[in-house]
Amino acid sequence: MTQVADKTTHLSNFTQFREVPGGSPSWLEARRKAGIDRFDFIGFPTTREEEWRHTNVAPIAKTAFKLASRDSAALASETAARFGFGNDAAVELVFVNGHYAPHLSRPAKLPRGVRAISLADALESDDAALEPHLARYADVVKNPFVALNAGFIRDGAFVHLPRGATVEKPIHLLFVSTPSREPAVAHPRVLVVAEEGAQATVVESYVGGGKGVYFTNAVTEIVAAPGARIDHCKLQQENLEAFHVATMQVQLGRDSHFVSHSASIGSRLTRNDLNVVMAGEHADATVNGLVLATGEQHIDNHTLLDHAQPNCPSHELYKHVLGAKSVGVFKGRILVRQAAQKTDSKQTSKALLLSDDATMHSMPALEIYADDVKCTHGSSLGPVDEEQVFYLRTRGVGLEAARHLMTYAFAADITRRIRVEPVRRRLEEYMAAQHGLPIDLRITDLGAHDEAVRQL
Amino acid sequence: MALLEIKNLHARVAAPGGRDILKGVNLTINAGEVHAIMGKNGSGKSTLAQVLAGREAYEVTEGEVLYKGQNLLELSAEERAREGVFLAFQYPVEIPGVSTSYFLKAAVNAVRKHRGEKELDAAAFLKLVKDKMKLLKMEPSFMNRAINEGFSGGEKKRNEIFQMAVMNPALALMDETDSGLDVDALKTVAEGAASLRRPDNAILVVTHYERLLQYIVPDVVHVMMNGRLVMNGGKDLAIKVDTQGYDWVEKEVGQLV
Repeated sequence: MTQVADKTTHLSNFTQFREVPGGSPSWLEARRKAGIDRFDFIGFPTTREEEWRHTNVAPIAKTAFKLASRDSAALASETAARFGFGNDAAVELVFVNGHYAPHLSRPAKLPRGVRAISLADALESDDAALEPHLARYADVVKNPFVALNAGFIRDGAFVHLPRGATVEKPIHLLFVSTPSREPAVAHPRVLVVAEEGAQATVVESYVGGGKGVYFTNAVTEIVAAPGARIDHCKLQQENLEAFHVATMQVQLGRDSHFVSHSASIGSRLTRNDLNVVMAGEHADATVNGLVLATGEQHIDNHTLLDHAQPNCPSHELYKHVLGAKSVGVFKGRILVRQAAQKTDSKQTSKALLLSDDATMHSMPALEIYADDVKCTHGSSLGPVDEEQVFYLRTRGVGLEAARHLMTYAFAADITRRIRVEPVRRRLEEYMAAQHGLPIDLRITDLGAHDEAVRQL
Repeated sequence: MALLEIKNLHARVAAPGGRDILKGVNLTINAGEVHAIMGKNGSGKSTLAQVLAGREAYEVTEGEVLYKGQNLLELSAEERAREGVFLAFQYPVEIPGVSTSYFLKAAVNAVRKHRGEKELDAAAFLKLVKDKMKLLKMEPSFMNRAINEGFSGGEKKRNEIFQMAVMNPALALMDETDSGLDVDALKTVAEGAASLRRPDNAILVVTHYERLLQYIVPDVVHVMMNGRLVMNGGKDLAIKVDTQGYDWVEKEVGQLV
């Protein structure tokens, strides 16, 4: 692998990227330029910066990534088939190394006016809904990876839900990476715009097949107009040599609802930034996350719940299962601005450490500028609960099996909250297989309590 | 041969400098019998139940326990369960994320496998649990819910006795099953437990109150004090303790303790 100094590789990629014709309205040219200039100015972050204290991105900075190219190899279609939802999705857009792959995608059966198309196609026609929203929310100033992604906006997904539209089944955006001999980078971009009262479920999957280093640098922007409802899931199952950096920026209007479940399973190094701005009264946000890491994986989740307006509830639960020498990082920032009276926010972070060498850094950060608010946070970490294990053993379940069962149960506390059945099933099957458990341990009748849990 | 023989059992908290709790317990229980142990908080009665179930938080320092003639203390908690020892918890544990049906089926099959019996499939298992659910007045949805999660105190205790009914133990240890129950819940739980009484099994009831023993009438009532069983008698002893407290016991056996 070629080692180069820092950012030059991406700057020369940008020069090459600009030469590709098409899909470049002038307003976007300006935003790309602003992005790459900003990246050029600040460069990659170091651990001296507070936001990156526990996550060293030097391995990314030092790798000479070329821009990922399309790949029509069998591996792409195999991987897409393995992670696809089939008929469980309303539409499935498949991207290979960041490029839309129509031949692998499933056509949409969507209500009138709803669009779920590739961003490249939308840009080609300079879709009127793009300019007001694309690259308008995610912060290129503070986050160099967002700035870098902005420089390379071309492909990804565009989901537009007109006023009152409802899509029952999930819209699945499946990003498949097929590593090549040389390390490559993709900068996928997703924009979801839900107009007033629209409802949909959007699932982003980032998966990798085969062996080899690659880098996914994704940015997603979600805009929910008043009364809209977005149920979002993100599944990160990159290969174990991959770098995955992603920012999701969510803008919530009055009375809108946003539910997010993020599961990080793969990659060598992941950094997720999830920023939710409650920009209208009575918007509500639930953000849950699950990290299943082992080996030397490093998974960092930074979240920001930005209460900008009054009367917004937010709930956050992140759970980490860390084995071997893996590292989990969670920073949960809750910002309650002066105007945001009657904020009701609850944050919990829990880590299950399966080995003495696993590390968890958990950092709640509450910044409250309003005086009539309710904010709570809690954080715990430790090995499997021996009280629970003993309970199982007194029923004849062996020690090892009891520990596996409790580890499964710890993680299933997140998955059972997921309303998107194909995602929930996939995760629970994966977890059961990991722990040598049969799939019939899934809780099928969620009962009143689980329903209550989901409402949280 | 007695089902359970406890001889001069001493146990302490398994930690450096751990407190001595059991200080020489002697107890023999025959098949078909119900024994009750009463005593004040801190007398060691719950610890005895926990030690018999195999909790590693306690360390046995002296004495022996024979169960069906074999050394019980050599067995792990799960081996004891598979051999037919059951502990109904005072504070049943919540396990979010695992369904009760899976858990119970795993438990029943662990025992069956140990005995060299064929494991039950889903249909056979449901048949087994159906009547027991009625006995303990469990809602049908209960089997597909997470273990004990969001249950009231009474529901958790009913669940313990329900599990006891399904597991069908040779030796049931009921650790303060009556605590925190209202009159109706107590009746359901106690009648359920009493119905499991058979000539070939035994029940050891640890309790503060005589109430529970109105339903599960004991053959022998023991009083525990400062880590020893200091007095025993018939069911009248339970009534006397319940109405008069322990002061008189202390006076009577004072010189022994």
